[in-house]
Amino acid sequence: MFKKFSAADASGQSILKSSVQRSIRATLLSQMNWDAETLELVWPKKEALVLVKCRDHISIYTVQGEPLFFQHFDGPFFPTLRLLQKYPSLLPKVQVDRGAIRFLLAGAHMMCPGFTSKGGWLPDADAAIPKEKAVAIFAEGKDHPCGVGLTKLSSEEIKSVNKGVGVEIVTYLGDDLWSLKKL
Amino acid sequence: MGKKKNVQPPPPSTSTLPELTADGEGNVVGEGPVVVEEAKKEGVKPLEVLYCQGELRYPIDVGCDDDLVIVCSFPPEFCEFGSSLTRCKAWLHEEHPDLFDKYYSEDALVEKTALLSTEAATKLEKDTAKKEAKAEAKARAEEERKKEAKVIVKRIERNKRKYVTSISGLEAFGIDLKKAAKLFAQKFATGASVTKTVTGGEEIVVQGDVSDEIVDMFEEANESSKESALKGVPEDNIEVVEEKKKKGGD
Ligand SMILES: [Zn+2]
Repeated sequence: MFKKFSAADASGQSILKSSVQRSIRATLLSQMNWDAETLELVWPKKEALVLVKCRDHISIYTVQGEPLFFQHFDGPFFPTLRLLQKYPSLLPKVQVDRGAIRFLLAGAHMMCPGFTSKGGWLPDADAAIPKEKAVAIFAEGKDHPCGVGLTKLSSEEIKSVNKGVGVEIVTYLGDDLWSLKKL
Repeated sequence: MGKKKNVQPPPPSTSTLPELTADGEGNVVGEGPVVVEEAKKEGVKPLEVLYCQGELRYPIDVGCDDDLVIVCSFPPEFCEFGSSLTRCKAWLHEEHPDLFDKYYSEDALVEKTALLSTEAATKLEKDTAKKEAKAEAKARAEEERKKEAKVIVKRIERNKRKYVTSISGLEAFGIDLKKAAKLFAQKFATGASVTKTVTGGEEIVVQGDVSDEIVDMFEEANESSKESALKGVPEDNIEVVEEKKKKGGD
């Protein structure tokens, strides 16, 4: 999503109405794993949330110029990778094996076998992740998550189907959103 | 009625918005959590993430103070997948020797290669070397291009004793033209606009004859340690020219 991206792709910035900000706050609390107090640390209520509209229906949300969340059309909210690394448990965890890392950092979507091999990891059936859900992508042998993804199959399907794309990568370490510290 | 309440409990807050004015303590912006009445919980502090400052740097000796620098910016555990591993290692060794040992000691390497087949491991090493070489070549080409590039500051006569000054060629030095134009407009309290040139580039046009002052501004920006939109154009790469009105010719 941010493989070739620059501030020039942003077509306009606007401060959101406070009613909209309130509903986004509620959505962020329901879609991600954190409490209101922690969200308050990241996005204090006295700071305005700014919507930066970008090409291809990508919306980036910034606080004091720092990109914190983004969204494609009106899909789920994603944290930026920088935010996710500060709060790694915001999203359910999946893990790819070491061999997949260099493909991930080149922007490739993640194939099922990367998760089901020895170095990969998926939650057990009782904590299964449904499809079309934002996930934190960890990698074998690494402490920090290195990508944010959207599941194309449920975690149980990834295990059983075990071929093709399991998780689409929406942002990854070193892409142009990563490089964009202020917008 | 024996019991009388003297103290009324404060009415429940209808809004969760923090009161910004009521606080006599002089709340500093961005300091700590604003605690909501009923939930006196504190938020979870963010993890501290270390970003690698390993960099590819190309100092050149043509009077350019502004070296071309590409900073890695990855958390160090991922530098092996970046394009400046050699510099990253040097940086980490210098700044965080403990982490250096963690990531690059014999043991760490043995453990890492054990995760991959030897074939894949060699491939990864080769890839990293290739990537590094590519990044260096790119940086060098960029540097060459910068060395050759020229910024033209042109004094243009519009009417008798009416001048405008155009500045072109700034793109090659990564200057943000809009920001630069704003600086000029502020400095000279005059109009400064960004316009397209016939050759497809962009130039800044400032009202008045200010070519010498503009050259000075570039110089000052380079010498100053402060951030400036004008930083990065070496003095030697600036050329001042003059465009007379056709009739007046010399
Ligand atoms: Zn590095």
